[in-house]
Amino acid sequence: MNGRSLLTQGLKYGFVALLDAAALWAVIALLFRGDYILLAVLGIGTLLLNFVILSRRAYPLRFLLPGLVFLFAMVVYPIGYTVNVSLTNLQTGNLLTKAQVIAQLEGRYYLPPQPETFTFWAFRNAQGKLALILTASDGRTFLSQGNELVPVDLSDPRFVRGEDGTVTSFDGYTRLTLPEVYQSLGALEALDLRLGEEHVRLTSVREFGTFLRKYQYLPDQDAVLDLETNVTYYAKEGYFTSPDGVRIEPGFQIYVGFRNYLDVLTNPGIRADFTRVFGWTLAWSFLSVFFSFAVGLGFAYLLNDPYVRGRFVYRSLLIIPYAMPAFISALVWAGMFNTDLGVINRVLGDLFGVKVRWLQDPMWARTALIFINVWLTYPYMMIVSLGALQSISQELFEAARVDGATSWQRFWRITMPLLWVSVAPLLIGSFAFTFNNFTIIWLVTAGRPAVLGAATPAGATDILISWTYRLAFEGERGNQLGLASAVSIIIFIIIAVISAVNFRFTRALEDVSRSV
Amino acid sequence: MYSRPSRIGLIVRHALIWIGVIYALFPILWILSASFNPTNNLLEQKLIPANPTLEHYRRLFTDPTIPFPKWVLNTVIVSGTTAVITVFLCALGAYAFSRFRFRGRRAGLLALLLVQMFPQMLAMVAIYLLLIKIKEFVPWLGYNTHPGLIMVYLGGAMGFNTWFMKGYFDTIPRSVEESALVDGATPFQAFLRIVLPLARPILAVVLIIQFITTYSEYVLASILLKGTEMYTLAVGLRFFIQQAYDRRWGVFSAAAILGALLILAIFLPLQKLIISGLTGGAVKE
Repeated sequence: MNGRSLLTQGLKYGFVALLDAAALWAVIALLFRGDYILLAVLGIGTLLLNFVILSRRAYPLRFLLPGLVFLFAMVVYPIGYTVNVSLTNLQTGNLLTKAQVIAQLEGRYYLPPQPETFTFWAFRNAQGKLALILTASDGRTFLSQGNELVPVDLSDPRFVRGEDGTVTSFDGYTRLTLPEVYQSLGALEALDLRLGEEHVRLTSVREFGTFLRKYQYLPDQDAVLDLETNVTYYAKEGYFTSPDGVRIEPGFQIYVGFRNYLDVLTNPGIRADFTRVFGWTLAWSFLSVFFSFAVGLGFAYLLNDPYVRGRFVYRSLLIIPYAMPAFISALVWAGMFNTDLGVINRVLGDLFGVKVRWLQDPMWARTALIFINVWLTYPYMMIVSLGALQSISQELFEAARVDGATSWQRFWRITMPLLWVSVAPLLIGSFAFTFNNFTIIWLVTAGRPAVLGAATPAGATDILISWTYRLAFEGERGNQLGLASAVSIIIFIIIAVISAVNFRFTRALEDVSRSV
Repeated sequence: MYSRPSRIGLIVRHALIWIGVIYALFPILWILSASFNPTNNLLEQKLIPANPTLEHYRRLFTDPTIPFPKWVLNTVIVSGTTAVITVFLCALGAYAFSRFRFRGRRAGLLALLLVQMFPQMLAMVAIYLLLIKIKEFVPWLGYNTHPGLIMVYLGGAMGFNTWFMKGYFDTIPRSVEESALVDGATPFQAFLRIVLPLARPILAVVLIIQFITTYSEYVLASILLKGTEMYTLAVGLRFFIQQAYDRRWGVFSAAAILGALLILAIFLPLQKLIISGLTGGAVKE
């Protein structure tokens, strides 16, 4: 073994050793936190990495692993996670785990009907620490410098008294004036002082009072007992619920099985929204692809004509919409279609005296969207068709001409069928892409105009993916992450079906073209 | 397929093409004009500005309330990093799939094909929750960070590009590396010194397409970035012009022109290469 390979070997083992040391440290840290899922991921990841670096058999994996890590972490795992979330009730109001909710509830207190009250003076020292002197209604006095209330004798000489006989400073603490007390209200409210079993907290600007613990978790009944009213709240459908149906907010996450999917398919309100959005998504994809293909093919046919001069320049000009970043085009078009200010309405107004409510009226908004998307995608169709046209053998046309076919017949009988073979899979691919083209919808109309009386935030131009986005991130009823994930999975199933059809279709077409 | 057209037929053809050219270019000319127009109001704009001015462009770079340079910088950093790392990682993976024969190779290729069918943004809720979780442990890689966003984009870029590059590597004959392997080079050295230089065209295609795709990505960036200082151009421009077409049209147009110019400057000279990638990848199989 020569020196160089010894060095690389040394580096290799050194690297593995460092990596394992770091992983071990993280494993121990996670063990204490009790985060077992992450622990498992980390453990398996480290073992895999060791195997890949040390084993000769895993040599190909050394090339694959770096990419696979990202693919797994950011695509495969999120897919699994989406399925998981789609089976939960995760939404605003049910974002916390049950343990978190219990911890939160057990930290709540109530003011009993006859609390003991204390007047207080607040003090602060040079380091900014707060201290309190509390006087109970029976005249007992307490000092608090931390969380404990300690009985104290104010006649002690360390308490310096002012002209009115009250304590103004002690041990480096000086008394806060009333405006200063107001400024420190936040800090005072956060104080949770203990007097034996009781909690003493701020009740008003001038008083502290004794509080009692409000809730206690009963593990054997899986319920929360309200110590104030003596009502037991049982864990039910993501909330602690009393026998007569009163819920404690916040709720917690639970698995709800296929309820989100069933809601989409059977809940009348949600189903109505889903059907409408799905219908428009299909129309949007189909019409976009149809018109952009028609326009693109038209230009391709013109540009393929050897008798037309300047074809290269024309092609470069016609391709420009495709080279524009789509988000910029979408925003520009949204401005041009603006009902009150846009150039399109200005031209229509000058020519015909009409004012189309482009982005307010559902039908016109949809028309505008399709128009814009055709502008964005016809160059792709043009390029694709141009390539396909150029690959068609000229001899077929010569033969047809000899047989006396008109140019119309030649186009529909020869060009189109041959073109179709190579273009159809791309059209289906384009359909699948348009189906999920969130950017255009979102930047032009953001799904608006709103639909009155919709059960979910689904606008008239929302497609499935933008509906998902709204459910998840901007619903008026908060974030319905569980439902949104279920819709994501439904979209995925639709896309998978389209792709499967495409796959079959491609094969079928290849067979067809082979037998031509 | 074509017969020699009559004189009128030829004129009709050119006229049709010119209608198309006007259709294609009108929006671009319109914002070009708006960007030089002194008014900021959409309504007062004319196609040929009366008193052309560079005021809107100047404001983009001097007005501290419009963090346009920051947005461009963010976008270029995110897209550039994503594109470079994508090329390297996918080339590695593609090389393994193309050259090595190992257990699970066929299954791996099939899995790759299936996974890349799944549009990554469908998992946006999960990715959002995941990055919030990551932020707890590794703050610089989590929610609302550029490295976090890059990591998400990398995941989405792996499937298709690895598959795409593998197809190209398959066309490079094995014999070119074999002599190097006989001379004692490791497969990694052969990959780095011999195959990568030969694969330069495909590397360029993937680099450029990935850069352009990432540059224009909106959904994930809008979910994962918060605060104007962090925005990419797509998120920033939307935020800037939303509900403000009557007040910011001029400045927005200038920003749109500059933002598009960067991509046009890459796309137009290299269009042959890019188009071969965009359409070839799909029709290849």
